Amino acid sequence: MDGIHDVGGMQGFGHVLPLDAGPPFAQPWEGTAFALGLLAIRAAGANLHAFRHAIERVPPGEYLRGYYNRWLIGAQILLEDSGIVSAGQVSARAARLRGAAAGEPAPPEPHKPQMASGGAGNLRAIDRPRAFSVGDRVRVRDLHPAGHCRAPRYVRRRAGLVAAQGPGHVFPDSAAHFLGEDPQYVYSVEFDSRELWGPDAEPFSLTIDLFEPYLEPAT
Amino acid sequence: MTTATSHLDPALRAEALASLLAERGLIDQATVDSFIKAYEQSVGPMNGAKVVARAWTDPQYRARLLADGTTAIAELGFKGAQGEKIVVLENTPRLHHVVVCTLCSCYPWPVLGLPPSWYKDPSYRSRVVREPRQVLAEFGLVLGDDVQIKVFDSSSEVRYMVLPLRPPGTERLTEEELAALVTRDSMVGVAQVSGP
Repeated sequence: MDGIHDVGGMQGFGHVLPLDAGPPFAQPWEGTAFALGLLAIRAAGANLHAFRHAIERVPPGEYLRGYYNRWLIGAQILLEDSGIVSAGQVSARAARLRGAAAGEPAPPEPHKPQMASGGAGNLRAIDRPRAFSVGDRVRVRDLHPAGHCRAPRYVRRRAGLVAAQGPGHVFPDSAAHFLGEDPQYVYSVEFDSRELWGPDAEPFSLTIDLFEPYLEPAT
Repeated sequence: MTTATSHLDPALRAEALASLLAERGLIDQATVDSFIKAYEQSVGPMNGAKVVARAWTDPQYRARLLADGTTAIAELGFKGAQGEKIVVLENTPRLHHVVVCTLCSCYPWPVLGLPPSWYKDPSYRSRVVREPRQVLAEFGLVLGDDVQIKVFDSSSEVRYMVLPLRPPGTERLTEEELAALVTRDSMVGVAQVSGP
């Protein structure tokens, strides 16, 4: 989806933050949020890709309130999607924790997704030939997916060179929606900065890992 | 459409969600605490620093690390979540690598721990793929025009870690002393390692 998460190349966010050396969790609730995110994947019967997509669906205003805030709301979205909690329950519980004598709605009916797993992790052996070789010139397709996709906007319709062949992976675009693992090859594709940002761009190269279905031969 | 989004103070949301899940036996406090403790105490950039120091002092290890980062890193005992495949990018006097994840905040947890605030912030994620030299300068790293910059956007399950340049004047330091010099930021590529 073309959401707030896809920030590569956007302007207006200002100066980078200082290179702080603070603790991993600035406040205790951030540690709880971190653990809840990982545990929500399990409790919801979901997977890492569905969790990323849940975070992408956090509305932009909340998304920009900070990392562990969006992580936490993403966890709640995953749990709502599987019928483990409802938004009404969370609001009512929050009110009760603040001292309100509010009643709470009954929990929803769980309806966890069912998707066969090909094993632990996300790397998979694929038994078919690769479409592209190192040195091939490829173009990122003009994708406009409604769902999860790992091709950011700033590389779509741009051409680059295959710099390395990566491993076969569970396809995030499919797994995030519990449509199956549909493993796909990944390629490290290198772009010249001027291809991405025009003739006045700083000189540098940008390498990004792209799944085979995102790519087509460039002419 | 979800309604997860009505605004709540995040500390309160975390407490509410945790209590709802705990009373149904879906989480327990000991597990929550163990996750927090792992990333506060055991998994962090001190792991990556040991990898770098070994690569600086053992040419055969360095070769193995650059050929197959995941396996060479596992030799030192570092593996796990967000480390299924780790590729190590070697900086040279003429080539500088810097790593980002524009779509979320993918980061090589087994060697660097959890990502710092600046890495997760939209300012870094939006800009380093568009004006890396300017971003590095804002962080205090001014690279010469003769240094080529390669930016890596982590968008699959492959994770990237930078092998920074060994600073001059460190020839007599032990591997342990070298590891103490290596910073998290140098292994993401937004800083260089300074000598003692």
